[in-house]
Amino acid sequence: MSTTLQRVGRPRRWPIVGDPIYEGSRIPSRVPTVMDVPPPLRETDDILQVNFGPNHPSTHGVLRLIVDLDGEEVVGLSAVVGYLHTGFEKNMEQKTWWKAITYPERIDYVGYQNNELVFVLAIEKLLAMQVPEKATWMRMLLCELNRIHSHLVFLGTSALELGAISMFWYCFRERETILDLFELVAGQRMHTRYFQTGGIAEDIPVGFFPEARKFVETMPKALDDYLTLLDRNKIWLERTQGVGLLSADDAIALGQSGPVLRASGVDWDLRRDQPYLAYDQVDFRVPVYTGGDVYDRYRVRMDEMAQSTRIVRQCLDRLERMEGEPWITDDRKVVLPPREELHTSMESLIHHFKIVTEGYRVPAGEVYVAIESPRGESGCYVVSDGGPRPWRVHFRPPSFHALQATATCSHGALIADLIAIVGSLDAVMGDTDR
Amino acid sequence: MSDYAKIPGYVSAKEEHGETTVVVDPAHIREACTYARDDLGFNMLVDLVATDYLGWAGKGVSGYIGTASGRDLNLPMTQGLQALPDVKPTRFSISYHLLALRQGAPRLRLQCWLEDGDSVESVVPVWPSADWLEREQYDLMGIDFTGHPNLARLLLDDDWEGHPLRKDYPIGGEPVRFSPAE
Repeated sequence: MSTTLQRVGRPRRWPIVGDPIYEGSRIPSRVPTVMDVPPPLRETDDILQVNFGPNHPSTHGVLRLIVDLDGEEVVGLSAVVGYLHTGFEKNMEQKTWWKAITYPERIDYVGYQNNELVFVLAIEKLLAMQVPEKATWMRMLLCELNRIHSHLVFLGTSALELGAISMFWYCFRERETILDLFELVAGQRMHTRYFQTGGIAEDIPVGFFPEARKFVETMPKALDDYLTLLDRNKIWLERTQGVGLLSADDAIALGQSGPVLRASGVDWDLRRDQPYLAYDQVDFRVPVYTGGDVYDRYRVRMDEMAQSTRIVRQCLDRLERMEGEPWITDDRKVVLPPREELHTSMESLIHHFKIVTEGYRVPAGEVYVAIESPRGESGCYVVSDGGPRPWRVHFRPPSFHALQATATCSHGALIADLIAIVGSLDAVMGDTDR
Repeated sequence: MSDYAKIPGYVSAKEEHGETTVVVDPAHIREACTYARDDLGFNMLVDLVATDYLGWAGKGVSGYIGTASGRDLNLPMTQGLQALPDVKPTRFSISYHLLALRQGAPRLRLQCWLEDGDSVESVVPVWPSADWLEREQYDLMGIDFTGHPNLARLLLDDDWEGHPLRKDYPIGGEPVRFSPAE
């Protein structure tokens, strides 16, 4: 905000309770996720404690914030999570590796394909399995489409919460196109379960490439539309600029990743810095902004959508030349035999039966695999004892870490800013609670 | 590898699947983490996870192990020959997954081993991001982190009994009512 006028009700700055975690830190207390009410203020009777959530439309699920208010100003805050805990990790220990692949998608139900990918990559790492090129590029294409999808949901809902209702319709128009593409490929709009150990479940269907090309052509125009609608909108700028500040040091100390980290000025993207799939073979730029506020988080995501569209285009160029190549590895001990062989080959029938009933074995060991999901570093820690079921599965959810920064971001915020801040952290509660 | 031997409480180190695991003495975990952060440059704690190895290696596992390149049919655990996985020193392991935000994205897994009822020092003063991570592992696995500023259940209700991710926690034990008369 360049204006010299102070906003009415702009809060006074309260000192951090106790010693700061380190020099210059805005982490509010010794309990990093809790902002305590300053002692002199606690004595007065003016503090109003409000339950923000768990059922509030702008909490993107069931997040509960316990907010202490001095007038309109937030002076204390703690987040309560766990309302969506369904024991995914325990459930996955009871399933064979093959069946467990369906679970990660339902953990982060907006960035589902990325979550599915990280688990499949972990299994393949334990198996030391090579994946055909076509599958790698198709995975990359779908993950980038999924990233655009996730950012569109963020943009549509966050703008909606700040009053820009029309953004919701525009974003969900493009989102619909992406979901149609997913349906064309996998038969499901969400939770596609298209990635298999060793590759992808089915070949790319006829008619996918022209439809995907159409999307790639329209997406840049749609992005221009969003920018026209939002980026010069006075209300949007006032509500987002300078709100929810998070410094680079605090972001690293609080384990932030993805767009939240990049909006705080840290140039870090696992797709470039620790390439997986074939990200080292595509050309894209990593957007970094230094403001650390809600507005910069939105800008990072806008730029990422443009970059993802570029990656999708490059994937299409590659994939169109891979007509007829295998899409899944030819290891009958792990991968189901082709359907038509079941009628003629006894060996295939046996393999099919063994894989479906017992599941395949994965060598003993432990691995941690991390990818850049739309929300940041999505990690998967897997322990196998050599049997047909995982011994332990643990997901590193980026949303969980993002929400740990809520108290730090809410320093000196007004109650209305909380909506913008929670939206900009882009937490999916299924991902947080698992 | 040689750098890692200087980590306080160093026990052993191994390299598997391209990942480095350094086992440290749980009594020195906070010094080890501080050393990793300040001297080795691992500035981010990305994940903290506990694993329960109760019943590990109790029975042999066998079956098909498939890899695309170079499957050796004579290896144990292929083609039905039973084998046992390596025996673990104690019941619980805690893995601290560290990341250095610099060229090459080096990662390190610090690991310490505990028995049931043992406690380990909290690393919240080293990385604030450990706050909820430790609370989650306390909640679901029952690991006691001493010195944690607010060690309460995170994901489950405050009055929940037991720690569901332990291997001895009963599964599917919830009674289901089939009619209102019951």
